[in-house]
Amino acid sequence: MPITNDRIEDRSDPDVGASVGRAMAHDSAVAHVRGTAVYVDDLPEPKGTVHVVPGYADIARGRIDTLDLEAVRNAPGVLDVLTASSIPEVNDCSPVFGDDPILAADEVSFHGQPLFAVVAETRDQARRAARLARIEAEAIRPIVAVDEGIENGGDLMPSYTFERGNPALSIKACEHRLEGRFRIGGQEHFYLEGQVAIAFPGEGDAMRILSSTQHPTEIQHLVAAMLGVPDAAVVCECRRMGGGFGGKESQAAQWACLAALAARRTGRPAKIRLDRDDDMRMTGKRHDFRVDWRCGFDHEGLLAGVDLAFSSRCGYSADLSMAVNDRTMFHADNAYFYPECRILSRRIRTDTVSNTAFRGFGGPQGMLAAERMMDAIAIHLDRDPFEVRMRNLYAPGRDITPFGMEPQGYRLVRRIMQRLARTGEYAKRRRAIARFNVAAAEGAGHLRKGISLTPVKFGISFTLKHLNQAGALVNVFGDGSVQVNHGGTEMGQGLHTKITQVVAEEFGVDIGRVRITATRTDKVPNTSATAASVGSDLNGMAASRAAGVIRRRLARLAARLFQVRERQVSFAYGQVRVGEESIPFERLTQLAVEERVSLSATGHYATPGMTWDRETVSGNPFYYYAMGAACSEVSVDITTGEMRIDRVDILHDVGRSLNPAIDIGQIEGGFVQGAGWLTTEELAFDEQGRLRTHAPSTYKIPTCSDVPADFRVSLFEQGRNRMPTIHRSKAVGEPPLMLAISVFSAITHAIASLSSRRLPPLDAPATPEAILRAVAALRSEAG
Amino acid sequence: MMAKSHITTVINGDPTEFLCETEQTLLDVLRDELHLTGSKEGCASGDCGACSVIVDGRLVCACLVLAVEAQDKTVETIEGMASGERLHPLQTKFLEHAALQCGVCTPGFLIAAKSLLERNPDPTESEVRYWLAGNLCRCTGYDKIVRAVLDAAADMRG
Ligand code: FES
Ligand code: FES
Repeated sequence: MPITNDRIEDRSDPDVGASVGRAMAHDSAVAHVRGTAVYVDDLPEPKGTVHVVPGYADIARGRIDTLDLEAVRNAPGVLDVLTASSIPEVNDCSPVFGDDPILAADEVSFHGQPLFAVVAETRDQARRAARLARIEAEAIRPIVAVDEGIENGGDLMPSYTFERGNPALSIKACEHRLEGRFRIGGQEHFYLEGQVAIAFPGEGDAMRILSSTQHPTEIQHLVAAMLGVPDAAVVCECRRMGGGFGGKESQAAQWACLAALAARRTGRPAKIRLDRDDDMRMTGKRHDFRVDWRCGFDHEGLLAGVDLAFSSRCGYSADLSMAVNDRTMFHADNAYFYPECRILSRRIRTDTVSNTAFRGFGGPQGMLAAERMMDAIAIHLDRDPFEVRMRNLYAPGRDITPFGMEPQGYRLVRRIMQRLARTGEYAKRRRAIARFNVAAAEGAGHLRKGISLTPVKFGISFTLKHLNQAGALVNVFGDGSVQVNHGGTEMGQGLHTKITQVVAEEFGVDIGRVRITATRTDKVPNTSATAASVGSDLNGMAASRAAGVIRRRLARLAARLFQVRERQVSFAYGQVRVGEESIPFERLTQLAVEERVSLSATGHYATPGMTWDRETVSGNPFYYYAMGAACSEVSVDITTGEMRIDRVDILHDVGRSLNPAIDIGQIEGGFVQGAGWLTTEELAFDEQGRLRTHAPSTYKIPTCSDVPADFRVSLFEQGRNRMPTIHRSKAVGEPPLMLAISVFSAITHAIASLSSRRLPPLDAPATPEAILRAVAALRSEAG
Repeated sequence: MMAKSHITTVINGDPTEFLCETEQTLLDVLRDELHLTGSKEGCASGDCGACSVIVDGRLVCACLVLAVEAQDKTVETIEGMASGERLHPLQTKFLEHAALQCGVCTPGFLIAAKSLLERNPDPTESEVRYWLAGNLCRCTGYDKIVRAVLDAAADMRG
């Protein structure tokens, strides 16, 4: 359904009359508003379905002496209790390194780690029984925070470095030098639909699993390995998720495995759905960081040397930490040239849940460090941070990243920033804010204002080469209706809608003719996770290729039947033009069936030019970059620490948008999620390693009343990907999250007004408490 | 085990009877017994609004209401919002403004917004924002939702 909206321009091709480039409602939108869109937990449970609930010990680290499950087994309704020894083959649900037990055997590695799982007739019975375990364990004092980890726990995996020149020397030689340390908090995904899976035992060793997962192929593989059956015996399916954000990339597997195990042992369908508290305790989050930075620059703020040391809390196992932390390093420059630099990344082991993918995948933390440095420089020199940022942007002759590549297309960042500064009246507002803050100080007012305009340059591709591939299957039926299936999963980002548009465009038909079906490992095999923002880049291309194969077959047939050249056949407005004549699309598909032409095809796509080699620190990790900029204005109450975002302007490049309504949705949602990460969302662990913020009552994601009333989001009009991506579009899933760094930077600006040339010691998230601490620190020094 | 309670109520205009345990929530009964799965469980603690329903004209979190409390009351859920094929103006505006992404929060927002417009047909933007602050959305960033509600309100006033 097309959307009309004065903010959205239609960029579809009038010659085709299909929908690529047009704002279309989400393909499930009508079902969503009627409440009839089905998520895993909404499916009617088949008769005999059993329910699985995990149980854990109340310690974060230690050896289990006794795991007495007698009372659990004897509780009403309990059919089975799963432990590590119930697993027929491989007790692992990790994405890469084989270090995440599905059920821990005799050692607890974090608080909330599942040790057993109850299988009962009802969910309520299983939950009650799970409380009855008697666990005796020798608790060891856990290593919880990054700093403790650095001192005692050590590295989970080797550190990794990008280095160019001699930054220590070049910093030393500089007229101005600064250094500092700050902390960046983690983030809970808080997908509104929690982790859930249901497994159906099939004939023989067959198993079918419905899961809310970004990675059905991985679940298929892990379940097969766990049960000791071939991958071909297992099917994993996902119609839609109620949000993913990276939290269902690797983290959905454990629950699917437990459901499958229960299904195998009981011979009945088995369902698992974590309650919110268990979900927040048991699944990984965004990595929190300590950043130690040092830089040297001239009197205009131009950097000569940069030394950035990142230490992240990875938790007890590797999960995706290697790639996440690599991406922190890839984005530690954001959009700036570091002539000589060292980017060091340490991956710290702690006795906490294993941190994982989260929208931006380590990139946001790298960028925040770069932007923090920009603010530090500007405040130190008493200059406008915008000026310092512009000065340090990549430019001709200053265009090699710390990992040795030219960031192609980087010039766009400057254009976007300049345009946004103009349309958002940055300079004028900054002057007004300066006057406001002076007046506030003189009048003993308690509000201070801040403004900041920050860029985003985000690399698009999986940095692990083999993940950059996708497949699709397109079936056309005699009546002219079309079915498409591809390897990507729908988590609300509108991927299925975009793919439907792409396929409709190939055939020149209305989007209403194209049906998308659930993602299934038996339709399209060996897929990558829907992640790294490349869902539509990869799957869109694969789907367009599959549809293209069929379109060419149809064109060939039409040419033969109507005695014209193939070139003279074209598809538009639901019609097929054949020379001078025109026939309905469904007439041609009917003829194809009669003429014995296959109307089913697969398509495969592999991103070209991926040359990154981690060992030698060389080559190109990204196919292209997505870019944008945001300008945020905030008010801070220096007596309470409260903060309000007054206005946000965003200009973001999505290339040639496949669907502007969806893209704008991703930008707004990403920005707000990023703002939550940097302001209200705080994960608190106690000294025993227990997460104390395991429900929305204590963990605060932004609400309707927290987001700016004045929110101006535009797509960069001349957008067009220079690389031959699907219809020259650009990825949009993750990059907008980092636009929210402008909020953190604006808060810094507001607090900095209390002092002269002092960088407020502000950590992220800038909660009221953190803001008050920074205010107090500046005031005590100003004394 | 205690005997189940027999409850007589009206759901979306239809007289309905069900049996439930005393401690079962209205949300559990709606979803598991009556198969009205449009109301979602996001937290089960009254903090996310995904389970919003209207009971006797009051907006409530169905996860915090006991099913037995529905006795002799009227319950409105998302399933009753459209009249057959005809969508409620709020539903139409949510579509037009693309005010949804993953869609899990959508039923809750629609019910909450409906209850707002029933008591205040002409809310200001900040009234909308504060009224909807009990509903969490992790996908959209809320702007489109607020606009859709304001637009629907204007439409319904005619
Ligand atoms: S499920 Fe009822 S408020 Fe969250
Ligand atoms: S649309 Fe996903 S939570 Fe609101």
